Amino acid sequence: MIISVASGKGGTGKTTVSVNLAASLETPLKLLDCDVEEPNVHLFIQPDEMVSRTESTFVPVIDEQRCNGCRKCADLCEFNALAVIGEKVLVFPELCHSCEGCREICPEQAVQAGSRELGTIETGSWQHVIMSYGRLRVGEAMSPPLIARVQSIIDPDDLVIIDAPPGTSCPAINAMKVSDFVLLVTEPTPFGLHDLVLTVEAVRQLEIPCGLVINRADIGNEEVYRYARRESLPILMEIPFERSIAEIYSRGGLLVEHSEEWRIRFSGLFDTINDRAALQEVGR
Amino acid sequence: MKVAITARGADLSSEVDPRFGRAANILIIDLETMEVETIDNSVTANSFKGAGIQAATMVHDRGAEVLMTGYCGPKAFQTLQAAGIRVVSEVSGTVGEALERFRTGEVQYLDSANAESHW
Ligand code: SF4
Ligand code: SF4
Repeated sequence: MIISVASGKGGTGKTTVSVNLAASLETPLKLLDCDVEEPNVHLFIQPDEMVSRTESTFVPVIDEQRCNGCRKCADLCEFNALAVIGEKVLVFPELCHSCEGCREICPEQAVQAGSRELGTIETGSWQHVIMSYGRLRVGEAMSPPLIARVQSIIDPDDLVIIDAPPGTSCPAINAMKVSDFVLLVTEPTPFGLHDLVLTVEAVRQLEIPCGLVINRADIGNEEVYRYARRESLPILMEIPFERSIAEIYSRGGLLVEHSEEWRIRFSGLFDTINDRAALQEVGR
Repeated sequence: MKVAITARGADLSSEVDPRFGRAANILIIDLETMEVETIDNSVTANSFKGAGIQAATMVHDRGAEVLMTGYCGPKAFQTLQAAGIRVVSEVSGTVGEALERFRTGEVQYLDSANAESHW
């Protein structure tokens, strides 16, 4: 079972929901922060020890001695990462998608394996949770490859909670597409609604069941609720705008560790998701 | 000698297109014969990234030694440099006027890219 926690934009409380959901349970689970441009799950779930590894990906390096300038590689590359000027091949590693097509097509074996660093992945364990997060290298333009590496530790029967990147762009879709259920965190404001609508459309394209968590539920207006009703989107939790909650958050604390009531609510949220995802399975 | 000029249209009276990689057309003008070859750049312009790299390769393939355009990003510039093509930027007005400026020597060559990368 894989649950993604997503939001239309950053700063809606997505991380609050994913860390508290993970901490409220007792069964072993993996909590993966796939928001690799701005990971922050580790500020709340702090393993004593983290193992760090650097991830990199294939980019071509041209052996000029062997290359005859035939252009087959540049013609093949869909991403314009290669250009042939005269007999010299120019490589733009930051545009390369690592398909290795250039390497296969080169008749002279002039394309050799180089590498481009994607970023780092840190992994550690905390209570019942194995926590892992990726951090994109500054200057790296593509996050989906690193997101895929973060997700590579998922085994078939795992219970997994994914903190997905905000928005509906390629990285967000990449992070969510493996999941059985998407929990959308939103605020009841006009901006919140606008981004929510886009995200719901994207999740429906992926044909993954979803439900809402409304954060700062008592600010803003009724529009989000009306939208949810119209679209038959279940509202699975409401988190009020309370000073005490904000304080716990700003200290990097967990709601479920400060309040038994919230622990019960978050584990109840999990049970609801479980039931809904199971229903969907039967319905398929 | 041939000069490449990015253009919105297909002849000397058309406006210079300020974009390079995403220009509508690229005109290759042979200064000796005044023959104009029009490259339809729409395929390149629609590529997601690296349009400037492709456009630079085309300009080189047609034998131009100078490119006149509005803005040139870093990857396109790098490609043009490797090809030994000199770049005149911030060109405006019609292609004909640009050509005239080039003939009278009123141009300055760019020594680095004058636009950001298109991410
Ligand atoms: S690996 Fe693929 S994307 Fe990268 S340069 Fe080669 S052909 Fe292009
Ligand atoms: S396919 Fe190989 S030989 Fe041909 S241009 Fe590319 S690197 Fe050179």
